[in-house]
Amino acid sequence: MIDYWQQNSAEMLIDVQQHLVMVGLSLAFALVIAILLVAIFLRAKRWLAGLVYFFSLLYSIPSFAFFVLLLPLFGLGMQTAVVVLTIYCEYILLRSFITGIEAVDPQLVEVSLGMGMTNLQSFWRVQLPLAIPAIFSGIQVALASTMAMATIAATINAGGLGQLLFEGLQGQQVVPILWGTILTIGLTLGCAGIVGLIKWSLVHSWKQVVD
Amino acid sequence: MTETAIQFEHVRKSFGNEVVIPDLNFKINQGEFITILGSSGCGKTTTLKMVNGLLKPSAGKIMVNSQQISELDLVRLRRHTGYVVQQIGLFPHITVAENIAVVPRMLQWDQEAIKQRVDELLTLVQLAPAEYRDRYPKQLSGGQQQRVGVARALAANPPTVLFDEPFGALDALTREKLQEEIKQIHTALQGKTFLFVTHDINEALFLGQRVMVMKDGRIEQFATPTEIVSHPATNFVRELLGTVQQNQALWRDFND
Amino acid sequence: MTQQIIQYFQNNSSQYWQYVGQHLWLCTSAMLIAMVIAFPLGYLGSRNKTIANFCTLFSQVLRIIPSLALLFLLIPFLGTGYWPALTALVVLAFPPLLVNTILGFNEVSPLYKEVGSALGMTAQELRRKVEIPLALPYLLNGVKLALVEVIASATLATYIGAGGLGTLIFTGLGLYDMSYVVIGGVSVALLSLLAMIGFDFLISEVQKNDRNSNSV
Repeated sequence: MIDYWQQNSAEMLIDVQQHLVMVGLSLAFALVIAILLVAIFLRAKRWLAGLVYFFSLLYSIPSFAFFVLLLPLFGLGMQTAVVVLTIYCEYILLRSFITGIEAVDPQLVEVSLGMGMTNLQSFWRVQLPLAIPAIFSGIQVALASTMAMATIAATINAGGLGQLLFEGLQGQQVVPILWGTILTIGLTLGCAGIVGLIKWSLVHSWKQVVD
Repeated sequence: MTETAIQFEHVRKSFGNEVVIPDLNFKINQGEFITILGSSGCGKTTTLKMVNGLLKPSAGKIMVNSQQISELDLVRLRRHTGYVVQQIGLFPHITVAENIAVVPRMLQWDQEAIKQRVDELLTLVQLAPAEYRDRYPKQLSGGQQQRVGVARALAANPPTVLFDEPFGALDALTREKLQEEIKQIHTALQGKTFLFVTHDINEALFLGQRVMVMKDGRIEQFATPTEIVSHPATNFVRELLGTVQQNQALWRDFND
Repeated sequence: MTQQIIQYFQNNSSQYWQYVGQHLWLCTSAMLIAMVIAFPLGYLGSRNKTIANFCTLFSQVLRIIPSLALLFLLIPFLGTGYWPALTALVVLAFPPLLVNTILGFNEVSPLYKEVGSALGMTAQELRRKVEIPLALPYLLNGVKLALVEVIASATLATYIGAGGLGTLIFTGLGLYDMSYVVIGGVSVALLSLLAMIGFDFLISEVQKNDRNSNSV
């Protein structure tokens, strides 16, 4: 194990970096799109539900198939991987955002409007802050599944930690497979921890009191 | 001469095919404490919510300070109309002080003025500012929460305050205490119009300078408590008063 | 490319159906084994906090292990072919099945159980007539999510020599022949979509019955 690291650490670090970029970009795109979609369709629940079902169908497409089917459109490499991973993230994020926001007591929304908040103010100041715990759990789930799925992107030359897995498979060596697995898990846990910290810093002042 | 604060002219409200209020007319003067009394589903809450535009009338005119509210900016109107509800509706993720400061902050008062106002209001509703300012709503009892709810509604010094069964979920003792206090607050603040919805006849008669008795979206009687007790206008009002007398009779029996 | 695809089906349709058969057999057998283990375990989990915690922990750990890694890591122990693939898929089907089974049985209101017992039902009757029917929508949802996961991972199983529709994609990528890739990719995608839509329909039917019986 250690030997392998000493011999290949440079390439492995590149794999880690590629993996991070791939997942980070996908998650960032998905987040922006999710916030926009929710803000636009907030008062059009039926549209939102339809949108979620649409993404759930896309989500059910096996990632390996999805990656390769987009090859004619986006070619080999990371861009295809990012498109696919963004779509998977989108479903998870959208669903958790909506559940989180709908779980906010409608009475609070009515009161906020009754006090003279505009729809947008009510969204930013009441609904969104109260939905933060649910939203961040959604981000953590999306992060974990994207990290895992990104390994498959090695099949379409997108790089990342999946390369270590395939290297081990082709060379019939367990060590690179183990390294790939460990690094993916480590990366997932590290990033999930960071997301958890951000959530904590946003809600620690009131969350305990409310529960 | 007193000015008219709120006026309804031939207001009609229906939800889908169901007509909740067929034709409502009344006038409320500036500075009055009005209670609206009726059982659930009689249209009293609907009436209240039309005053701050949370619901829009299907037909007719609603005037607030001689301006038709369909022509007013609703957000502006609501920032200058206090609103207290039964479920209290304090925002759980911000402190008591921040809850009270929501409207002043939207009106862009300066920090110092807001801080001063919060303390003043907490004192008015009999909560020691130093002790309660930085608590979260969940750390207060139901009665204390509703005091904060009242303070929040009064924050920007609105000329009109709407109460939607604010004490309905509180225990009997707390309710009685808060009734006393709200009456004192109305007297102390002078010139504010309070519109107070309740299904409790004792509360309505005790608080209201005039009481509007509603049934099926219509006004049965709109008069002072003395007038209502001495000259009930309809059978419905008479029956309502009957329940009070029955109660009193029950207590007399106990005391004998 | 359309030409090539048509040609493939003319010349190799038996090979195609063999892949479909392998894929379906792998998924079905994995699902059956996983359900036989996960349903009773999940039911116990709804009764026993320790089992529930164990199941949740297990599911969370599995969620961060890439399915690809799980498949590859079994090779040194079980070699290649059908059996290691089956093992991996059974394990991958566990999390959604367990989580939803526990959730489903926990959601059954204690009121119904109490009424059932009051009517003189034995524990077994209570399970059969009250708990399982009421938990059914959740159980089906778990099966749906597990199935989607299994169909997806079975596509990767070709890398450890278990065949299936993934083989077409794998071959296509190797030869850089998009017609193979498209046939394989579309077939798997359709399979997954059909499973998803089918189960969604089934769940809505079951829930419709629930609503009717509630209103009576």
